[in-house]
Parts: sequence; C-alpha cells; structure tokens
Amino acid sequence: MVDLSVTVGGVRMANPIMPASGSIAEGIADVVDLGKLGAIVLKTITPDIRQGVKPPRVVEYTDATLFSIGIPSKGPDYLLNHTVPFFARFGPPVIASISADTAEDFGNLAKYISDPRIAAIEANISCPNLRAHGRAFGMDPVAAAEVIKAMKGNTHLPVWAKLTPNVGDIAEIARAVEDAGADAVVTANAILGMAINAETMMPRLGNVVGGLTGPAVKPVILRMVNQCAEAVKIPVIGCGGISTGEDIIEYMLAGAAAVQIGTMNFVHTAAMEQSIDWVADYCTRKNIARVAELTGALQLPVDQKSEQRDAVAL
Amino acid sequence: MTLTATAKVEGPSGCFPRAENRCLVASNEPMNSEYRLMVVNAPETGLSAYAGQFFHLLCPATATEQPFLRRPMSIYRIDRENGQLGFLYKVTGKGTCALASLAPGDELNATGPLGVGFSIPEGTRHVAMIARGVGLATLAPLARMATVNGAKITAILSARAPEFLMSRDELEAAGAAVIEVNDVAGNSSPQDVTNRLRDIHEKTPIDFMATCGSNRLLSLTRELCSEWNIPGQVAVEAFMGCGLGMCFACVVPVRDAEGKEEMKRVCYDGPVFGVNEVTTW
Ligand SMILES: Cc1cc2nc3c(=O)[nH]c(=O)nc-3n(C[C@H](O)[C@H](O)[C@H](O)COP(=O)(O)O)c2cc1C
Repeated sequence: MVDLSVTVGGVRMANPIMPASGSIAEGIADVVDLGKLGAIVLKTITPDIRQGVKPPRVVEYTDATLFSIGIPSKGPDYLLNHTVPFFARFGPPVIASISADTAEDFGNLAKYISDPRIAAIEANISCPNLRAHGRAFGMDPVAAAEVIKAMKGNTHLPVWAKLTPNVGDIAEIARAVEDAGADAVVTANAILGMAINAETMMPRLGNVVGGLTGPAVKPVILRMVNQCAEAVKIPVIGCGGISTGEDIIEYMLAGAAAVQIGTMNFVHTAAMEQSIDWVADYCTRKNIARVAELTGALQLPVDQKSEQRDAVAL
Repeated sequence: MTLTATAKVEGPSGCFPRAENRCLVASNEPMNSEYRLMVVNAPETGLSAYAGQFFHLLCPATATEQPFLRRPMSIYRIDRENGQLGFLYKVTGKGTCALASLAPGDELNATGPLGVGFSIPEGTRHVAMIARGVGLATLAPLARMATVNGAKITAILSARAPEFLMSRDELEAAGAAVIEVNDVAGNSSPQDVTNRLRDIHEKTPIDFMATCGSNRLLSLTRELCSEWNIPGQVAVEAFMGCGLGMCFACVVPVRDAEGKEEMKRVCYDGPVFGVNEVTTW
C-alpha cells in the first residue's frame, strides 16, 4: 500500500491532490466524490459583495482558456454560513481563499473567517492593491509580505500565499512571503493575457485582459515551481495546467509537495479522482512507499546542474 | 475495438444525480441544410433528464478542430423506453462541426443532465409553447412533460422558411396541437403570433407559457403572461465554461420581483428562467 498522505503548510491531507481556487463550486458534488480529495480549496471571497466583471468572460484555445471572471463574491458571512458547511461535510480539510483591496483588509478578513471548520487560508495576492494604483500585491515582494504579515497577525490558521506568475523573479516573491511567515506558497495563479477579435476589432473579453490557464501553461508554471522550491523551505504547492496523474508527478519531482487542479475540472470532472489513482499506481510501479518522497526528487544529469535556471540561451 | 450502438453502456457511478455519461452514437443525420439530429444510447443517469435541461458534450478532435471546452446542448428527445437521448443541433462553430463528425458506434461523452429545466405549475390546464430556431429543439420535450402533467399543449413553431420547421411529428406524437408559421409565408410576425395566441386563449385559456429561440417571441410571451396574469418561462442560451456552476463564465443579469439585478449562471441557476427575470433568451 502506497502512503499518499502529505502534510503541507500545517494541513494534513490524505493525498496531495486538491482543486484550485475558483475551479469548483457546489455543483461538483453532484458528480465527484469530494471525500476522496486531499483538500477542498474554495473560491476566493472578498470582504464586500461583488458581481464580477462584464461578460464575455471566457475565450477558448486548443489547450488553454483565457478567463476573466472578476471574483464574484457573496462575502464572508455567506462563506461561513453556507459554503463552509456545504463542503466541510465531505471530510477533507477545507481551505478558504481570500482577497482584499489593502493588506489590512486581508488581515481583517482572515480574522473574521478564522473558524475551526477551516484548515488554512489561501491569500490570493494576484488581485489589485488599491494603495499601489491597482498593481497586484503579488507583483511586489514588499506588498506581498505585508499581506502575509497582516494575515499571520490576525489568525492562528496556516496561511498559504498564492503567487502570481506575472513577475520577473518569482523566487524573490516566494522568499518574501516565507520571511513574512507564510506556511506554504501556491505557485501559481493565471498568466495575464489578452484576446482580440480581428473582425469586430474589439477585445474578446468584457474585461479586456484575462488569465491564461489549462494544459498549455504547464511548462511555464512547472519552471516556476522548481524555482520556488529551490528558494524556500516552506512547501510549494504546484498549480498550472495539470490534467493527469503524470502531470502531478512532474510537479512533485520539480519540488511541489502537493498540487491543485483548476481548468481541467471544467472539462473532465473526473480529472482529480482519476489522477489520485494514477499517482498511486505510479508509486507502486516505481516502488515508492510514500508519495512525499517524490517532492524534489528530480534527477538532474551532473553536467546540467546549474545555479542559474532563470536564464536560457536559445 | 469498434463499439456497436447496441453495446451496453456504462452505468452511473453510485448515487450521483449527474455524471460524465459515456453514450454511444446510434445515429447522427442531417435534418435539413442547417440542423442535424444525433441520437445516442445513454446510461441511466443521462436518461433522468427533463425538459429544459442540457448536457455538456465533449467534442471529438477532427482533422481540423480540437475544441478544448465542452459544448452545452439542450435535450431534444428523452426516450427512456429505448434508453436514448436526442440532440438537435445547428452546425455553427468548431464545436458543433466536431459533433457532426461523430458516426454510429462512436462514443459521446456527455456530462449531465445539467441545469434547472422547465417546471409546469401544478394544476396547469393549457400550456402554450412558442419556439423558433434552436428553440424548436429545446422546447420539444416540454410537450411530453405537459401531457404527463395532464395539461393540454399548443405549440407554435416559427422559422425563417418552411424547410427549417422541425419537430412537428415529435410534438404531435406527444399530444401537442401544432401550429407552424414562417417568414416566407408572412405569418410569423410578433403581431401575427400574438393574434393567434389571443384566439387560442379565447377558446381554451392558456395558463402557462414557455418560449425559446427569439427575443421577439420572448417579448410577446412576457407581455401576454402579464396581461393574462399567468406564469411564463424561457430557456436561455450562453457559451459556457464548465456547465456545473463552477466557473461563472455564463452569467446573465437576472431581475428579481423588486427589479434588483444579479448576475446569475445560465448553466446552474438556469438555463430556464421566468420571462420577467431576463431581458434576452
Ligand atoms: C474560471 C477561473 C476562476 C478562478 N478563480 C480563482 C479564484 O477565485 N482565486 C484564485 O486564487 N485563483 C482562481 N483561479 C486560478 C486557478 O486557481 C489556478 O491558479 C489557475 O487556473 C491555474 O491552474 P490550471 O491551469 O489548472 O487552471 C481561477 C481560474 C479560473 C480558470
């Protein structure tokens, strides 16, 4: 029997597989046995009630999507009174995700939702910081650290920092949030993109820009997970373009302690369940007793060991 | 291995009300120059569908297309006796183009049944359905739903030209009185349709209306519903991301009784809404 359990950022999970924030809602329980998941990550909420951005909200590519949803939120009371009880009954730890306009608001919201039914809080720092002219908190190590500090000072729950990939040096941000007390980093949110309709000469998204997600982004995020894992001691949770068990193994080898599946839940609701089985079979086949052994087990040929993996000559 | 259309299809998993149904294509034929009818053998979960619900179909890869997202498709036929579902669809984009390539014996992965469909209020005596375009497909199963509920049903089918009128036989078999109108004959204007409905209502009062496929038909349905003080519902269409209410891509503004608007998910809160709740179908 393979031991699939992992302990990540203060949360013990039966296996390393969970949904990415914003990729599931109540409806998935009609199709998927949520009890099998490592953890259940909820959609980001904000302190206020929001309707989200103007449609159209999605553009499709061959193996990716460009979504711009804008975090519709029913606020913290709805989360505590409806969303958390709905998902807590399935068993796996429930991870809340929050976002706010200022670091203090992140702190206040973390405090407000600190509830025994929540196992950890993910900080979605890809959202605009109103004090920095709308630049995302996660694009600046100082702002990112401020959010984590504000949260850590206001809750006893573990705090996971979900990084934005839209930066030059993601390792720097990972180090900043680690120093600020984050219990784990999630690498990463969506890659900023844009789509234009040549015929109408207009943007294809109501919000003009959106986030690129799905299988196509995997190589980019895999590289970032590797960079983060080398930069910090806290666990790294891989998230970007995962659709199969094989993708999960790749992420773990690159340094991820656990993973999140996002867009693929929209296409194959069975993706998470099937990949849990795939990972177990892989471990059996490879004689790996504990899945946690895979984290960072990438085998680099001696002559390819390089200190500098953030540059490449083509 | 080639699967035959009569092979046993995989059953539903546990007690989940919706599933990724692995269906087998029985037939997939053109109905006219625009529409095709695909009939599939479906597992039990799929057959629990009712009028107004939809399935989210995984489109197969073809030589030229590889649609990544699924495509929502309303249910045209629910044939529990023969274990079959029917989808009547117009080939418009790469998703439906890929669906058109499916041949008998091919697998169709159909997540569903999804969404909130029509609900005919208890005690309804006479349902009027007014459909155009793809609405002809979406509203077809409503006839059986009405007759099962003991209601009489009148169906007004509207099209650009007579060759695009579909589902008369389907509806008559379900017990509907069918009236066909079309633009070529010049009897399909909202005024004409309204007059027809007034005549019908005079003889046999209509106490529930359903519509799909045209904003003009939605407007006249809304007006008649409010004039006669009866409930009416409309099936809304939208491009979707997930079909399960998870991604919030397919939202439309929905008005409550006080006139307050909220963005709601067509796939999960709909696709059927009250005629007063939405402005477009
Ligand atoms: C429709 C949609 C909604 C999302 N909502 C959120 C969200 O509320 N909070 C968040 O931190 N990330 C959100 N994300 C980003 C995902 O959690 C994930 O980081 C991203 O999709 C990359 O993973 P994937 O390639 O597996 O989809 C969303 C992504 C999509 C596609």
